[in-house]
Amino acid sequence: MNFPLLTVTAAVPAVGAILTAAVPASRRTAAKWLALLFSLATLALAVLVAVRFEPGGDRYQLTESHAWIKDFGVRYELGVDGIGVALIALTALLIPFVIGAGWNDADPLETNSSRWRPTQGFFALILMVEAMVIISFEATDVFLFYVFFEAMLIPMYFLIGGFGDRAHSGTDENAAAQRSYAAVKFLLYNLVGGLIMLAAVIGLYVVAGNFSLQEITAARAAGTLDMATNTERLLFLGFFFAFAVKAPLWPLHTWLPNAMGEATAPVAVLITAVVDKVGTFAMLRFCLGLFPDASKWATPVILVLALISIVYGALLAVGQRDIKRLVAYASISHFGFIILGIFAMTSQGQSGATLYMVNHGISTAALMLVAGFLISRRGSRLIADYGGVQKVAPVLAGTFLIGGLATLSLPGLAPFVSEFLVLVGTFARYPVVGIIATVGIVLAALYTLVLYQRTMTGPVKEEVSGMRDLRLREVLVVAPLIALLIALGVYPQPLTTIVNPAVEHTMSDVKQTDPKPEVAVEAKNGEAAK
Amino acid sequence: MNPVNYLYLAALLFTIGAAGVLVRKNAIVLFMCIELMLNACNLAFVAFSRMHGNLDGQIIAFFTMVVAAAEVVVGLAIIVSLFRTRHSASVDDASLMKL
Amino acid sequence: MENLIALLIAAPLLGAVVLLCGGRRLDKAGHWLGTLFAAVSFGIGVALFIDMLGRSADDRTMFQRLYTWIPVEGFQADMAFQLDQLSLTFVLLISGVGTLIHIYSIGYMEHDERRRRFFGYLNLFVAAMLLLVLADNYLLLYFGWEGVGLASYLLIGFWQHKPSAATAAKKAFLVNRVGDIGLSIAIMLMFTTFGTFAFGPVFGAVGQASEGKLTAIGLMLLLAACGKSAQVPLQSWLGDAMEGPTPVSALIHAATMVTAGVYLIVRSAAIFNGAPDAQLVVTVVGAVTLLFGAIVGCAKDDIKKALAGSTMSQIGYMILAAGLGPIGYVFAIMHLVTHGFFKAGLFLGAGSVMHGMNDEVDMRRYGGLRTYMPITFVTFGLGYLAIIGFPGLSGFFSKDKIIEAAFAKGGTEGWILGGVALLGAAITAFYMTRVMLLTFFGEKRWQPDAEGHAPHPHESPKSMTFPMIVLAFGSVFAGGFFSIGDRFVDWLEPVTGEAHGNPPISALTVTLSTMVVLVIGVAIAWGMYGRKPVPVVAPRGSLLTRAARRDLYQDDFNHVVLVRGGEHLTRSLVYVDHSLVDGVVNGTAASVGGLSGRLRKLQNGYARSYAVSMFGGTAILIAATLLMRAV
Repeated sequence: MNFPLLTVTAAVPAVGAILTAAVPASRRTAAKWLALLFSLATLALAVLVAVRFEPGGDRYQLTESHAWIKDFGVRYELGVDGIGVALIALTALLIPFVIGAGWNDADPLETNSSRWRPTQGFFALILMVEAMVIISFEATDVFLFYVFFEAMLIPMYFLIGGFGDRAHSGTDENAAAQRSYAAVKFLLYNLVGGLIMLAAVIGLYVVAGNFSLQEITAARAAGTLDMATNTERLLFLGFFFAFAVKAPLWPLHTWLPNAMGEATAPVAVLITAVVDKVGTFAMLRFCLGLFPDASKWATPVILVLALISIVYGALLAVGQRDIKRLVAYASISHFGFIILGIFAMTSQGQSGATLYMVNHGISTAALMLVAGFLISRRGSRLIADYGGVQKVAPVLAGTFLIGGLATLSLPGLAPFVSEFLVLVGTFARYPVVGIIATVGIVLAALYTLVLYQRTMTGPVKEEVSGMRDLRLREVLVVAPLIALLIALGVYPQPLTTIVNPAVEHTMSDVKQTDPKPEVAVEAKNGEAAK
Repeated sequence: MNPVNYLYLAALLFTIGAAGVLVRKNAIVLFMCIELMLNACNLAFVAFSRMHGNLDGQIIAFFTMVVAAAEVVVGLAIIVSLFRTRHSASVDDASLMKL
Repeated sequence: MENLIALLIAAPLLGAVVLLCGGRRLDKAGHWLGTLFAAVSFGIGVALFIDMLGRSADDRTMFQRLYTWIPVEGFQADMAFQLDQLSLTFVLLISGVGTLIHIYSIGYMEHDERRRRFFGYLNLFVAAMLLLVLADNYLLLYFGWEGVGLASYLLIGFWQHKPSAATAAKKAFLVNRVGDIGLSIAIMLMFTTFGTFAFGPVFGAVGQASEGKLTAIGLMLLLAACGKSAQVPLQSWLGDAMEGPTPVSALIHAATMVTAGVYLIVRSAAIFNGAPDAQLVVTVVGAVTLLFGAIVGCAKDDIKKALAGSTMSQIGYMILAAGLGPIGYVFAIMHLVTHGFFKAGLFLGAGSVMHGMNDEVDMRRYGGLRTYMPITFVTFGLGYLAIIGFPGLSGFFSKDKIIEAAFAKGGTEGWILGGVALLGAAITAFYMTRVMLLTFFGEKRWQPDAEGHAPHPHESPKSMTFPMIVLAFGSVFAGGFFSIGDRFVDWLEPVTGEAHGNPPISALTVTLSTMVVLVIGVAIAWGMYGRKPVPVVAPRGSLLTRAARRDLYQDDFNHVVLVRGGEHLTRSLVYVDHSLVDGVVNGTAASVGGLSGRLRKLQNGYARSYAVSMFGGTAILIAATLLMRAV
């Protein structure tokens, strides 16, 4: 009997969530440590998954399969390919930092003790989200995936609506109203997407007779499962809509700035770096695998939407006055790149998109968490309230700059590798799209540097002059992320080795091959000359 | 006699009953009108039974009578208790269940 | 020996890491450590140079492959280095001048509390620049390319408390990013055309590609070069970049980084040779910038900005030469090296003057400094003679050859390009003489600074004068050393290829006419600034002067079109996002709410109205059924 590693990886944070929630109200610190411990245990398990995974082996590995709802052919089926492994690792990696950064974010307010802000609940919800995200990266049964894809919304709703950013302008009631607006908006957008997807899931069952991703993909590839062209397109759209809301793709993006702005910085990281990745991951795994022809049919429209996301998100980021909303719009721009890479349908584009998911997670986490530290010191999210921070808190400014440079994809930091791969992969098939997307590079530099200039440089503002530099806990949160950004920027091989075979499978799902270069260069001769 | 004439009669009775339900306010009269409609239906059933030469329609008519009797029992009880609390048997006074 | 190549980069990189992460403990020793790491790199460069001299001319290229950087199906980028004559020339220039400027900075930045960090950034720059010239493929070159951009950003904005410095830094980075688009598109084009972007394979396969593709690649590379080398139309950042400390201006914005564009074009010689149209555009860009920079340099009263205009103009010469093809490549690089000496020397001299004059930069407030700062005067003077092309000095040899090569292009183009180059030489003589006269000659026009301290000009400490003396030696002798026996040509020819043109006029005529325009330029400057006293406040000046003071209105254009336009665009987009995109969704929600409000009114609680709707519904159903039957 094989050890059910994947189940355990997802179960550990779930158990951690229950235990954390059960800690008595007076033992807040114990709850924090317990949550951190469980998140670290999950990280260890995720590393084990990555180690046990053989890049050259089967497409889905460490598989588990049990009957769940026999009458409808729903099975509890887990399995990971390289893309799944990379994203599970990302999730497990980021959660300890999220917990570390949010260490004091959910402490009850001394001035207003009547407010119900249980620390235990905050950390339990984070672990719950982690468990659900991990299992959606593992699920190879469409129905099982759907269940957790939707269930994730519940803890996220409470995290956004229940634990807002304490830095806000206006009264507490006002802030609470905005917060609940953001939470409800998040929920509604994603529920609508999810319901449409549910219809498509049922439709898929009617057509295919089961929910197994592997069986359906294999049948599609072998040609034994024919779908009418229109049926396939409708089902594809149903799935894609849900993922595009979650990703988020223009024009379904407006929930993200609200949610990221109102939530605490660690929760904002959770949204954009972890939860949203389920959307792009699912495009790659479900949309392309289940509906290859419809994917190709929809590609032109999706590419245009992704391009709009890139440019539009970046332009809006330039126009923001709120630091966190700026990062949110920057993320929208980056998600545009990811979707561009997925639907360019070249191996460079898809490898790039997968790396982009991981790298964007790390870089946004670094930038957003430092921004959170900054905001918690001054108590304001407005860019205009800062100035000259670099003088009083050089380490904070330095880490903020590195996070920003990662966001603008400076070579040497991880996001460059992925962004360039996406651009090259897109350019190879759609040169014009690739060229327009490069405009995003300039705009990224613009919003990042403007943000850095307005907050960190210039004369020291009076309100800022007493600001403390990063504390040890905060340095411990940020330093590993930065180290990782640099390491993956100059040596991304560990990731590419895992991802490349998975991308090959996806490419064969959609029956696409890379465009050949015009001139056949005998590269081997060049190599030999060295 | 042509059995279709029974159907005309049933339609007439049903229309009288329906019109009564729509125009009268008194709950008792309303009730009687509903009974009239039910009986119009019964008449139609029996006529159909005769026309088609099987007993299905007559069986349904008996069912209707049973249901109507049960309905009268429950309905009259409600009307009586309504009259006790409001001292009126007008249905317009009983419009509290709206939002 | 190959294994030493990575060490060239590793030494300054280690220095940067140590200095930037070391914390306050290193404040006392940081500048020495930084200088040491740069010097180690120079030492390794010299060792490699000696080794290379010992080999035969066609066996001088060395490779070192560390590992595969980005391995993805069909897309292989290696972390690999290539050291040939061209890159070694740059290595020696970068690490040599770099080390000298490290030494200079020890004195110049003595009173700056963040000196350790300054040296960390300088080391980072040296590492990135070496990566740029040592890369064996375009993607790795791009890594170094953006790396120097980052170092430049950090160093221009080093005095971050000044908003002008922070803005200048941002502007430099952004303008460079526009150029970087060119480089990334060029790499993508290479990838789709050749399936690779490593130097060897690409250059080997150039012959099989269509000329259109090569022209496109060439133009994109030119765009990149324009950004980094401050060529028209992406030149606007260089003047503002003078906000950085003067050693930075000397190292990055005069001697090394801004010449990266020239390196890129010469390195891509194979591509440009196959794309004559792209080459023509290169020469045009070079010629236009040459005049642009020179004109701007004439009008600036800020000594560093005048020198910045001059840098732009001199790089215009190099780009022009690089656009001429094999005949010009060698001289582009030769001018680049000699320019590295004399322009770095001039900037260091300017820094020395500022050091003694309470950081005053307005030349109209200098005057008569030659007796107070003799060493600075002599070294600056030698640099001045070199840049205007005084016979026998470095600039004479390199610039003369470029003018010759421009005439040799042949046809009308040759005459135009040659004429522009000659005109540029005259203007160079004019504005450099102006700088010289305003600073060191004439009466004292010193003004007290903002806090009321009168300046007490004095010679700078030894750590500052030593690099100036060394660079002055280079300015005087480098050109002659390179030219005698065509040493430099022989050295580079294996990389750049051999070519001889047929100038329509003899070399002697070119030299003589250069001398004539030089004398004219100097004479005009003497007439304007030497014979009569110079007003402290700049006169209004002619239309051209005013335009040149404002960088020929290029910034105003940018401001109106890009900055203002961009602000309006983003603001309206924010509005659109909030009221249109979000509005559609919120509007849907609101209309659903309104509709349900209306529907609610139907539930009025009257049994009769329910009965009516029931009967009505039944009637409609029956009618519909009957109708369907009838049809």
